[in-house]
Amino acid sequence: MKRWWRRGILIFVLLGMALLGWWLFAPGCVQQMPPAQLEAEAAKLRAPALIARGEYLAAVGDCAACHTERGGQRYAGGRVLATPFGDVPAPNITPDPETGIGRWSFEDFWRALHEGKGRRGEPLYPVFSYTSFTKVTRDDALAIFAWLKSLPPVHQPDRAPRLAFPYSVRSSLLAWRALYFKPGVYRPDPARSPEWNRGAYLVQGLGHCNECHTTRNAWGGMEQDRHLAGGTIPVQDWYAPDLGTQPGGGLAGWSSQDIVDLLKTGQSARGVAFGPMADVVRNSTQHMSDVDLQAVAVYLQALPARAPAPAPATYTQAASHAQGGELYARQCAACHGKQGEGAPGVYPPLDGNSSVTAPTATNAVRSVLLGGFAPATVGNPRPYSMPPFAQQLSDDEVAAVVNYIRQSWSNRASAVWPAEVGRLRHTPVD
Amino acid sequence: MARFGRPARTRVTTMAAMNSSSPLRWLLRAGVAVLAPGAGAAAAATDVPDPMQQRVAACASCHGARGEGLPGDAKVPRLAGKPAAYLQQQLASFQSGRRHHAAMEYVVRQLSPDYLRQIAEYFAAQQVPYRRQAAPAVAAAAMQRGEQLVRHGDPSRGVPSCASCHGDTLTGVEPMMPGLAGLSYAYIDAQLDAWRTHQRVADGPGCMVVVANRMTGDDVAAVAAWLASQPPPADMHPVPAGAQREPLPGWCVPGNGGVNP
Ligand code: HEC
Ligand code: HEC
Ligand code: HEC
Ligand code: HEC
Ligand code: HEC
Repeated sequence: MKRWWRRGILIFVLLGMALLGWWLFAPGCVQQMPPAQLEAEAAKLRAPALIARGEYLAAVGDCAACHTERGGQRYAGGRVLATPFGDVPAPNITPDPETGIGRWSFEDFWRALHEGKGRRGEPLYPVFSYTSFTKVTRDDALAIFAWLKSLPPVHQPDRAPRLAFPYSVRSSLLAWRALYFKPGVYRPDPARSPEWNRGAYLVQGLGHCNECHTTRNAWGGMEQDRHLAGGTIPVQDWYAPDLGTQPGGGLAGWSSQDIVDLLKTGQSARGVAFGPMADVVRNSTQHMSDVDLQAVAVYLQALPARAPAPAPATYTQAASHAQGGELYARQCAACHGKQGEGAPGVYPPLDGNSSVTAPTATNAVRSVLLGGFAPATVGNPRPYSMPPFAQQLSDDEVAAVVNYIRQSWSNRASAVWPAEVGRLRHTPVD
Repeated sequence: MARFGRPARTRVTTMAAMNSSSPLRWLLRAGVAVLAPGAGAAAAATDVPDPMQQRVAACASCHGARGEGLPGDAKVPRLAGKPAAYLQQQLASFQSGRRHHAAMEYVVRQLSPDYLRQIAEYFAAQQVPYRRQAAPAVAAAAMQRGEQLVRHGDPSRGVPSCASCHGDTLTGVEPMMPGLAGLSYAYIDAQLDAWRTHQRVADGPGCMVVVANRMTGDDVAAVAAWLASQPPPADMHPVPAGAQREPLPGWCVPGNGGVNP
């Protein structure tokens, strides 16, 4: 009864918002720029140095990953991003006049990146990471725009989003934006080094690491005080760890070099990038300059120590420990080592591996079910691989071997139930 | 969206078999300590005689240690000895979504074109004897129909003979045409079905979409049964490009746009 009431009020409020929004945005006209001014702008955008810088920045922002359909043309849109509220396809951002951003002025583009608004002023869905991109400077945005404008135009009409009511009404976003979106370019902290500030700008802004590495609440919003503290990516169901490297952090003990290695090559002495992070490394971070990667590492190293996790008072080894040990010896030890020590540069260690000991066993379970390669990168062009065990091991066996690696050597993490393995077995990859 | 099926218990032993394969053991025994720690596996390649077999352990767990296929699963195709360019193209198709198999798509999704080429060349170069595939018993008339389609096609339905494209020996044609000899009933049947339902789409002219859609369901079962019941020929190599007698039909020539006739 109570829930029904709350729903009713909510819908009422959202409807009110929708009406207000309709009133505000109904004219929905494009702000036209005089042709002469447009031409002057276009000339400026053709500078090769600006375009080259834009190409680099677009890689850091990983724009192509979302704005390219699988097997489709780069930046021509069409990839559907699934959210708990519905599906939002990424639009075509090649300079095609009819279906892309060919007629956009830089002001239009700036409004999208900085304010999260479309060309007609309509609010955009925050699955487009403008909550982070708002921190990008105007100069950098101009370079990215120049790069996009230099691409070959692709004629590919955008698909309509498929969201449930009331989310299907764009102006329902007004409430969300009031709560969870603060537009504003990154403001350097004078008390910190230029390197730290560069790292902060990249991580919080263009690199949009928060979009995955922060827990979202039921409304898909990110709480400021939870930044980079780790979270499960909605729908995709991968766990993006806490990026803190100080005691209590998800990457406790990671050195700057480990972070740089992971982002540059896809693997480090501490672990390997897989799932969505493998995509990020292959499409984006491997292309970052050493200076920028170092800055990211400096920033992550400086994240505050986290409150120690509550002592595992109830910590008990899973009853299946012996069975898990047998499975481990037979199926895993040849690569990962009897003591989970791994083989440097070839197989990741499992002892002390943050993917293994993460608060949730999701990633370890999915690694075992899916196997796979580290991403192929310039720094690691021919990665080694792990067999998928989905077909070889039952839910009980996967749970047993994952509990074994989570609770052996120096690892002390909670156990996972076979039913959870069963659920993850049927979770689509992305 | 594709999901993973129930676990089949048939492969529990294969990993153990693979683990004892020599390059892997060698590497571990040789003491991986010689390998430079830290950045990237690239360092590893300098001291180890590049054991590709070990790099592709994931593939081996389904396709067999050297891509020979596994006796327990007729739906997983053999890779060994198939034309390299064909294998590479198919791997790219799993990446781009032209072919579907959730587990395979995940495994290859973050590999570069260059690495895919090397992997394809590795499997193409493997020489492993073929295994006779188990084929379902079908009526003699169906067998005859199958052989008829393979050797002569069905001009009344516009189906060219399978041999006209796949080579007289049915072992494929360099550089891109795969062979049909040695494939299992389940695999052939599944592929023809995938073309009929557009689950498998070629990167180039849709030759097999045309062929498969001109066949009846009974025809599909008949060719699959006949092909799978033939003992693989002694020489399974694809024939050189020049050795093929018949030219490809116009609608199957790359560059013609793949327009359906
Ligand atoms: C996480 C996925 C994702 C990333 C990363 C991403 N985008 Fe988008 N983008 C989207 C989606 C989804 C939309 C559509 C939102 C909507 O319909 O409300 C969008 C919308 C846009 C728009 C508005 C287009 C229009 O036609 O209204 C622009 C411009 C844009 N993105 C540029 C960029 C740039 C530049 C980058 C890189 C710096 C980038 N995007 C990175 C997903 C993404
Ligand atoms: C043939 C060698 C091989 C075998 C056998 C193998 N692995 Fe792996 N494993 C790898 C490689 C290579 C990676 C890194 C690539 C990846 O993440 O898929 C990896 C990654 C992992 C990861 C993620 C670690 C990280 O840092 O990203 C876990 C967890 C894992 N393996 C557990 C297991 C378990 C449990 C078994 C046995 C059931 C097993 N592995 C068997 C080679 C192997
Ligand atoms: C699309 C979502 C996504 C984005 C964006 C993203 N990550 Fe991740 N990241 C993940 C997931 C999921 C994991 C866990 C899988 C893994 O360990 O590779 C992860 C893991 C990591 C790890 C630990 C790897 C390991 O082996 O334990 C680091 C370090 C990391 N991310 C850094 C970053 C940085 C820096 C950024 C921003 C430049 C970033 N990530 C952006 C999803 C993301
Ligand atoms: C989980 C099991 C599995 C794994 C792991 C796997 N494959 Fe496959 N592969 C399959 C199945 C099943 C098919 C047939 C799919 C279909 O019906 O179209 C297939 C098809 C193929 C084909 C097409 C063959 C043809 O004749 O058309 C190639 C090539 C291939 N796999 C290569 C690889 C390589 C290389 C790897 C490792 C990088 C790999 N596979 C890993 C199961 C697997
Ligand atoms: C017009 C030329 C042509 C004819 C006729 C033809 N094929 Fe094919 N076939 C191809 C091509 C080209 C491919 C590669 C397909 C691709 O790239 O998707 C292929 C692939 C195949 C494969 C997949 C092999 C593998 O390893 O995955 C099977 C099975 C097959 N054909 C069966 C047949 C059968 C059965 C017939 C006769 C009824 C036939 N084909 C007739 C051109 C032809």
